[in-house]
Amino acid sequence: MGSHSSAVARIPDADDIRRETGFSQASLLRLYHRFRSLDRNKKGYLSRADLQQIGALAVNPLGDRIIDSFFPDGSLQVDFPGFVRVLAHFRPINEEDTRTRDPKEPEPLNSRMNKLRFAFQLYDQDRDGKISQQEMLQVLRLMVGVQVTEEQLESIADRTVQEADEDGDGAVSFLEFTKSLEKMNIEQKMSIRILK
Amino acid sequence: MSRRGAPGPYLGLLLALLVALGELPQVRCSEQEPGGAHGSNQGFQVVTFKWDHVQDPFIIALWILVASLAKIAENCSPPPALQCHGARGPSRASHTLDPAWSVTTSERTHGGLVQGQAAIPSASASTAGTWPAAISFPGVAVRVTQAGFHLSHKVTNVVPESALLIVLGLVLGGIVWAANHTASFTLTPTVFFFYLLPPIVLDAGYFMPNRLFFGNLGTILLYAVIGTVWNAATTGLSLYGVFLSGLMGDLDIGLLDFLLFGSLIAAVDPVAVLAVFEEVHVNEVLFIIVFGESLLNDAVTVVLYNVFESFVTLGGDKVTGVDCVKGIVSFFVVSLGGTLVGVMFAFLLSLVTRFTKHVRIIEPGFVFVISYLSYLTSEMLSLSAILAITFCGICCQKYVKANISEQSSTTVRYTMKMLASGAETIIFMFLGISAVNPCIWRWNTAFVLLTLVFISVYRAIGVVLQTWVLNRYRMVQLEAIDQVVMSYGGLRGAVAFALVVLLDEKKVKEKNLFVSTTIIVIYFTVIFQGLTIKPLVQWLKVKRSEHRDPKLNEKLHGRAFDHILSAIEDISGQIGHNYLRDKWSNFDRKFLSKILMRRSAQKSRDRILNVFHELNLKDAISYVAEGERRGSLAFIRSPSTDNVVNVDFNTPRPSTVEASVSYLLRESASAVCLDMQSLEQRRRSIRDSEDMVTHHTLQQYLYKPRQEYKHLYSRHELTPEDDEKQDKEIFHRTMRKRLESFKSAKLGFNQNKKAAKLYKRERAQKRRNSSIPNGKLPMDSPSHNFTIQEKDLELSDPEEAPDYGAEEMSGGIEFLANVTRNETTDSPSGDTGSDVPLTGRSSPREVPPAAEKHSRVPPHAPPTPAPVPPPPPPIAPPAPPTTQSPASDREPGAGPASEAGPASEAGLALEAGPERRRLPGAHARSAAARRVHSRRSFQRPRARRRPALLKLSSLPPSYHAPPHTLEQEETPL
Repeated sequence: MGSHSSAVARIPDADDIRRETGFSQASLLRLYHRFRSLDRNKKGYLSRADLQQIGALAVNPLGDRIIDSFFPDGSLQVDFPGFVRVLAHFRPINEEDTRTRDPKEPEPLNSRMNKLRFAFQLYDQDRDGKISQQEMLQVLRLMVGVQVTEEQLESIADRTVQEADEDGDGAVSFLEFTKSLEKMNIEQKMSIRILK
Repeated sequence: MSRRGAPGPYLGLLLALLVALGELPQVRCSEQEPGGAHGSNQGFQVVTFKWDHVQDPFIIALWILVASLAKIAENCSPPPALQCHGARGPSRASHTLDPAWSVTTSERTHGGLVQGQAAIPSASASTAGTWPAAISFPGVAVRVTQAGFHLSHKVTNVVPESALLIVLGLVLGGIVWAANHTASFTLTPTVFFFYLLPPIVLDAGYFMPNRLFFGNLGTILLYAVIGTVWNAATTGLSLYGVFLSGLMGDLDIGLLDFLLFGSLIAAVDPVAVLAVFEEVHVNEVLFIIVFGESLLNDAVTVVLYNVFESFVTLGGDKVTGVDCVKGIVSFFVVSLGGTLVGVMFAFLLSLVTRFTKHVRIIEPGFVFVISYLSYLTSEMLSLSAILAITFCGICCQKYVKANISEQSSTTVRYTMKMLASGAETIIFMFLGISAVNPCIWRWNTAFVLLTLVFISVYRAIGVVLQTWVLNRYRMVQLEAIDQVVMSYGGLRGAVAFALVVLLDEKKVKEKNLFVSTTIIVIYFTVIFQGLTIKPLVQWLKVKRSEHRDPKLNEKLHGRAFDHILSAIEDISGQIGHNYLRDKWSNFDRKFLSKILMRRSAQKSRDRILNVFHELNLKDAISYVAEGERRGSLAFIRSPSTDNVVNVDFNTPRPSTVEASVSYLLRESASAVCLDMQSLEQRRRSIRDSEDMVTHHTLQQYLYKPRQEYKHLYSRHELTPEDDEKQDKEIFHRTMRKRLESFKSAKLGFNQNKKAAKLYKRERAQKRRNSSIPNGKLPMDSPSHNFTIQEKDLELSDPEEAPDYGAEEMSGGIEFLANVTRNETTDSPSGDTGSDVPLTGRSSPREVPPAAEKHSRVPPHAPPTPAPVPPPPPPIAPPAPPTTQSPASDREPGAGPASEAGPASEAGLALEAGPERRRLPGAHARSAAARRVHSRRSFQRPRARRRPALLKLSSLPPSYHAPPHTLEQEETPL
């Protein structure tokens, strides 16, 4: 354990990051190693290409969207805090944390709302706060096999939007998005056990 | 219908068997008479009845048939009538074959087994000869039985197949007993260990999710070794303690006997565990731990068993400390030796398959023979045979799969699954049958009950203790639920039974007590725990209890979340062991693969690796191009896709029609005041059916997240091909998108130009090389196309760049350009097909202009594609999805685009209605081409959706037409 803490010390701003993300020391250290190994030419940040080299992402229909989510606002690089911040959305929710949490503090990154918001922005590509039918269709296209025809996709996208759309503007706002998924166990579904 | 039909065949089958068996005694008599007569009086006989001659193989085949039939019935409930026939057929057959049956039933077990025993030590050739026979002997029965049970999924959903099979075995055993009054068929250790177990274990090894397995190897080993020793020791000692207290009454058992019993009952059985775990969907880590444990602990069990057995033989007082040490040493020797033998044979196997290029037909044979030899060899050396064959499978899989041809690997996969699943069925059924034998039953309530209690309790304790230790080191913690499932999933099975039957009655006085207790334990664990584990798992995951159909949103987003999660997992890194894994893969790449893999296999592997790991434009391009050229992308040519597409033609139609109707209704409802209630109802019913279609589509075609399809091993299903297909599909989409954005973002135009040109040249080269029957290459088109592309890239806004819209746009323009300009026709199917989904952008879709088609019908075109499935929803006019006008901003592109107008309509009509024959040339479309379009449709531009956004002014009027014609085309069908 001693080696851990000394190794953690090497991570810049480790304490700040931990406070923000809630990762344990061990996880943070592991992620740091991961970050370093992804960073192929030791630039100190990750570029899109670094993430794209992960083979499994190439066969993940949403892989590129996930990659994009690491680079908000068109930036071309992500540093370690940014990297961890994105991953922190997927930290499992610890019940003790939520009980002891100071209500004045901002919601932790791994709260249900933030998990949903992360998913929402994967859909909402133009950042207008709404998932339009087109945006839904794009995601659908990514996720459905080639056998499905465009008509079907469009009809599915239509129906999906309609189902969630409550105010009749033909798009799904974040509120509607959360409502349509209120029965789903997001806390569990959007958490990765290894990210403690 | 099916439910009612289900018992039918069963009853029929059973009745027939009953009748058959009832007749046995008489038949036997009658059989003997002619046999006697034969020898004495006849000279030459035209036809002789030589039952003895074929007896063994015949019965074996029969058993296999029976078992297979059972499997059929279990799996397909829908057409009951068919089932009845199916089931009755064989039963009738068995009926007619009665004479044979009757004679053999009694002799069979002994004769066959003795024979088996004799054959085993002998060389591989003879084993190979007897092997199928011995397997199939019980096999027939099993097939039938399984068939019986697959009858109704309703039943198998609740009751695990293994439990059903045991029950059926009991029934069959009862019938045999009633007819014969001897226990004719029992599961003997020889048959089990030499013929039934190897295929199962080999299958498990060969399909082992290696990464997962080695990632959790430490945990697995701990459970397998320490856990098993713990179970054996505690169970044995506790039973001995209770025995000393006098609760069991008077038994002739010593401490060593108890320990012996404990050791044989300790091991979790891979067969039983898999059979149940496959039906309970547990997470992959848990699965691999329990599965791996059950595989590896057999070695421990066998060693413990051997040690204690020799101790028992020695006699309790003569066991010295040295013997104990020897026992421990022998454990390591046996397990490591077995592993080593397995690895060596795996090496040999990989090496052999490297040189089978010219004898493809026997490749699958090597896989089986060599793996089986590894089993026999280690058995010969008294090492752990199970470990040997497991590791043989685990180690060779990578190289063998790369070396042998596709067909061979399919053969291997299917044969392996067939053997394993057959063997498993046989085992369970015979566990049932074997129990019907009063000779083996010796009841001692205290002993039986206490054994049950002890094995459950100690397993639970062991699991909790070990997990507690493990969790301090593991990345993925094993949670309380996992521990419960693990302790509860400790099913005992045939290994224990075979071992207990192996006991020597002279040495172990209370053998029968052990046997009956073992049977009870097996039944209890397999049937009771197997039955309850699923509800238990569901109950523990409380959230799942609320059962309702998920809404569309939930379904879609839920799946999206799965994908997101697995992507994040990949980004955040795999679980531990990275250093070792890297080392190993280096070693593998540098040495092992070089030795064990064909050169071609190495190359293709490297290429994929390169694309994956060092995404570099040129590689990716050539990879994609190469894949297309070879047509090796599964979804481009696989027949299954065709089927699916055909099916699709039917499904979308109702949905689109309904959709429009419901729109109409919805609209009118708000506008006009009609009978609202009936309208509401109608609407609802329409909506319902629409919903169904939509849900169904989503259910079927949404890409599966990794966890659901990879990693998990299933004995009864083979799906990797689908996975690969999905992977390839997604991979190509991704690569295409990346190339797009790569070009537009990273490289300037010059490089872009270069890259695209390079690509073009490459393609041109390939096209030239590939067989194009009739077609000149569009020598001028590359540059032309290219300019257009460039523009497209420029135009598409960055957000959209990776999207299909942009892709399709360029592809479409190109398509148009090509229609007008070049004289080439597409090369036949392979190449044509490959163009489409992947490189729509840069691969010219050369469709012969209609005018040309008049005069020249491509040779491959069928005369008239008369009763074809309706064409896939055809391609809408290629039009840029961006709001910017395609034509006005684009000087070079404007020409072709507008030029393309008329021709495009022709082309579209061609696509739209092959069977309508709008154009004279329409019939010229080959089936292949049609297939292409069906695929193409998935990436149709969104132009049709928002035509208003286009500046249509620059386009010829004919541009407007296609959508409507298309729409018309679609609806009536």
